[in-house]
Amino acid sequence: MGLMNNILQIVWLIPVLPLIGFLINGLGRKNLSKSVSGIIGSGVVLASFLISVYVFFSVKEGNTHLAHYFDFINTSALKVGFDFQIDQLSSLFLLIITGVGFLIHVYSTSYMHEEDSKDFAKYFAYLNLFVFSMLLLVMGGNYIIMFIGWEGVGLCSYLLIGFWFKNNNYNAAAKKAFVMNRIGDLGFLLAVFWLLSKLGTANYKDVFANVSQLSTFDITGITLLLFVGATGKSAQIPLYTWLPDAMAGPTPVSALIHAATMVTAGIYMIARSNILFTMAPTTQAVIAIVGLATAILAATIALKQNDIKKVLAYSTVSQLGYMFLGLGVGAYTGAVFHVMTHAFFKALLFLGAGSVIHAMGGEQDMRNMGGLKKYMSITHITFLLGCLAIVGMPGFSGFFSKDEILAGAFAKNPLLWGIGVLGALMTAFYMFRLYAMTFLGKFRGTHEQEHHLHESPAAITFPLIILAVLAVVGGWIGIPEIFMHGGHRLEAFLEPIFAQSNAIAAKHEMSHSTEYMLMGISVAGALIALLYAWNKFSKYEKTGAEETGIGKILANKWYVDELYNSIIVKPVQSMAAFFTNVMEKNVVDGFVNGVGRAVNYGSRQIRLLQSGQVSTYVLLMVVGILVLFIIQLFL
Amino acid sequence: MFGNDITIPHLLIFFPLVAGLLAFFIKGEASVKAWSLFAAFITLFISLAALYFRNDAALSGTVFNYEWLKYMGSSFSVSLDGMGRILTFLTAFSFPVIFIATYKNTYHHSNTFYGLMLLSQAGLMGVFLATDALLFYFFWELALIPVYFLCSRWGGEKRIAATFKFFIYTFTASLLMLIGIIYVYLQTGPTPFSDHSFSIQAFHSVALIPSQQNWLFWLFFIAFAVKMPIFPLHTWQPDTYEQAPTAVTMVLSGVMVKMGVFGVLRWLLPMFPAAVAKFDNLVIGLSVIGMIYASLIAIKQDDLKRLVAYSSIAHIGLMCAAIFTTKQIAVEGVMIQMFSHGINIIGLWIVIDLIEKQLGVRKISQLSGVAHKAPVLTIMLVVIALANIALPLTNAFVGEFMMFSGLFRYSPWYTAFAGLSIILAAVYTLNMVQKVFYGEANSLTAGMRDISMNEKIILGVIVVAIFIAGVYPQPFFDLAKDTVTAIVTRFK
Repeated sequence: MGLMNNILQIVWLIPVLPLIGFLINGLGRKNLSKSVSGIIGSGVVLASFLISVYVFFSVKEGNTHLAHYFDFINTSALKVGFDFQIDQLSSLFLLIITGVGFLIHVYSTSYMHEEDSKDFAKYFAYLNLFVFSMLLLVMGGNYIIMFIGWEGVGLCSYLLIGFWFKNNNYNAAAKKAFVMNRIGDLGFLLAVFWLLSKLGTANYKDVFANVSQLSTFDITGITLLLFVGATGKSAQIPLYTWLPDAMAGPTPVSALIHAATMVTAGIYMIARSNILFTMAPTTQAVIAIVGLATAILAATIALKQNDIKKVLAYSTVSQLGYMFLGLGVGAYTGAVFHVMTHAFFKALLFLGAGSVIHAMGGEQDMRNMGGLKKYMSITHITFLLGCLAIVGMPGFSGFFSKDEILAGAFAKNPLLWGIGVLGALMTAFYMFRLYAMTFLGKFRGTHEQEHHLHESPAAITFPLIILAVLAVVGGWIGIPEIFMHGGHRLEAFLEPIFAQSNAIAAKHEMSHSTEYMLMGISVAGALIALLYAWNKFSKYEKTGAEETGIGKILANKWYVDELYNSIIVKPVQSMAAFFTNVMEKNVVDGFVNGVGRAVNYGSRQIRLLQSGQVSTYVLLMVVGILVLFIIQLFL
Repeated sequence: MFGNDITIPHLLIFFPLVAGLLAFFIKGEASVKAWSLFAAFITLFISLAALYFRNDAALSGTVFNYEWLKYMGSSFSVSLDGMGRILTFLTAFSFPVIFIATYKNTYHHSNTFYGLMLLSQAGLMGVFLATDALLFYFFWELALIPVYFLCSRWGGEKRIAATFKFFIYTFTASLLMLIGIIYVYLQTGPTPFSDHSFSIQAFHSVALIPSQQNWLFWLFFIAFAVKMPIFPLHTWQPDTYEQAPTAVTMVLSGVMVKMGVFGVLRWLLPMFPAAVAKFDNLVIGLSVIGMIYASLIAIKQDDLKRLVAYSSIAHIGLMCAAIFTTKQIAVEGVMIQMFSHGINIIGLWIVIDLIEKQLGVRKISQLSGVAHKAPVLTIMLVVIALANIALPLTNAFVGEFMMFSGLFRYSPWYTAFAGLSIILAAVYTLNMVQKVFYGEANSLTAGMRDISMNEKIILGVIVVAIFIAGVYPQPFFDLAKDTVTAIVTRFK
């Protein structure tokens, strides 16, 4: 009991500490030195992480809580508490957010060091604000607190993508991210309104307990709308196009927000609401198909990108697609597991790419890199480990989590598995194309760049090393049953979260031989693709030749941006122009002006109410009335 | 005379009225400004007292009946309920903010300018407090008429045309309402001194058959719809906001549009329930169309003032739609949103005015990179603009959430359509932020300086208010509870 009370006394500090960091750095940005800003910014997240560890172990002992702080809204029609849900799912996310978040803050103290101290403090303020919002998102005890965090992370993403706001392309990318997220947010909101209108509550506890009161139509509609919200935040078809553009932000931001944490919010939300989705098989099918389609589409685009961050961005979209595939086939643990391992290896890859970009003096085009292996050994080794993790080499973290999702897909439908494996082959190809073009072969940049090549300082390599270790061993908490009995400790830990779904979902038992075979095929395929890319791109030469045929289509990202531009953006703009220039001016206002002219004409005719005199008459009238009223009052 | 019966509602009306009349006779711009600001602060303290004493039995209800025009069945009766407290507080809060924000603006005949402003404030207070239909009408005009003069004498280049349009719209609408009031009056029962009564109780309980309600509804609704304004009766608003002096635009948009919203809640809904049930779909439809229509037009505006004007039309459209759902949750949302909308839009005008005073322009296409030279101004603007598009933990979020939630219960389809305005609002707001504040500074904005301490304080007050109401909105709901319940129970 003692431990339990302690938890409630300190758990609110987890989000509040980063908020304090935001306020100090935000308000004091003119007076704080860079080292002070950096220490405050990183220190508050470290403190949150330490508390999160404590909370995690308490939860592990079975102490879950719903902490109520104050009534956010308390009326007869709507009751929303400022509540925090402390359980297995949120405590796991707390660890990821504050743990990876802390490492990225440390990394940033070096990466952003060339900014002047005001902008440096502003950067840390935004980053802290992001952590605060993300923590609200996962800690909230109802959909409304979740939505506060949900829009909050979107805002921070907007602010950080546009951090270098002199560049208008960056601003456009920031705006695009925010607007596309808001399209998703509308879906989220409609789902919450729907829930409120049927159940009168948005508290997880009450919604999940009363889920049987919802008709199939309601539950399908609600879950589809929630999924629309997820496609915005987690960059799925059709709302994924903002994420690659979001790479305009500083690289640590890409690592934290656009890879490890924010973009997994949609997966968190669906995992949190798993019972709703389990009850809506139609929605689950939609999620599986959209997730898989996104995984494949993004992987094909990644094959032909030359910007190192763009490859990683499409890779993120693709990996998020796998997580949705997992959710869609009911492999909830697998999806959450992949969120975790992906947070490790993708943060590592982005930070590694940042280290490379830093060494290259801002260069992001891989065609101008090559041979960096001998200049930056820590970056190189850690990056290689990250690549092996993402392609799912046996023993590395990505192997376990991806395998679990693909096994779930196979159980649902072997076709889903087959397409999923195809995507995994592409992943292996484009990741090792990236690795080889960057680290192997000859250096293809300028002499000046070559002269400056160097390994990054400790503040950058330290997070790389930690994340590399996690990218390797992070999967060992989820070792499948066939390798080790009771090896899937994550599944056991998360069991209470998915218990309600597991009770009704059909069980798919797979023979060990099938499971070995599936693993064998995907690993062998990935290995072949990996070696092919390694071999091909370690000899890469700059040719300057334009892509043709299908390669050109892929390099141009299937022209999806152009498509959206012509079927959505332009029609909306022309409708706005039509309303402004035609409807408003000629129709609505024209009618009124006509009336006005008629009145004016009439008044001129009777020579009494000439426009100059109208006010005089009205004035006299009002003064008259006023005098009468006042006399009446004082008599 | 008043004797012991002077109550807070009376002070809220008479203090600005007398202060305004005195202002006409004060010589010297500095003195009249100081006097007006002082008066506005006193009024603010009175309204804070009204909030503070809300549970005091002696003040609850606060009705004072001065037998005034007794033989017509009218009386000077005023009362302060929850909705009245919110709106009189908004009025009392806005004026000192406006006076401070525009303190450096100079006006010819400043005594007349400030006198009219204070008279208008008295009129607004009266509108929110009157519990007598004739008195309500009188204050309605008292609030509006000074604005005609303020716009036509101190406005921009096209002020005469704009004022004329504003005048035609609002005056016609007011006359329709007057006809409606007289007609309803003639249907009321006798009092001990008269054949009929103007009292709110008589108006609320008057027996009108549906066919009478159907046309009376429109006489009142048009008056209120013009004031809000509701599509397609809105075109006076962008012109007037653009041409009126900024201080007047702030009053018009921050406080006066609430007269329309208030009128519907206080008078129209209780009097014509049958007509409301008949026309709710039409009104909500118009409101929702107006939301999208105005949001789309806002995307195309180059003038900052017109952009804010169209944005406001969209936001008010949601309030009107929410009211006509007659759902508890929606009307509760309207209560807090009436206050939040006022604070936010005044904040936006202050920023626009600061830019225009320094640079002489307010065209988006002529501005760029303001954030380099004026970072504090930029932060303030971004917070206020995000509040305007209802980001969570800002004041507008809770209200919009509840209004949409109520609208969803009325019609999911309307909600989905109206919800597009959430996306469009992000488009026009971020466009504006990007073009005006971000990017490289141009030759015009390169010489800009950041805001002064006074300006920081006044914008700081608004930003703090935004967050307080956004994080802890509950006091508004506690205040408005009884009013909302009384309104919506008529429709259950």
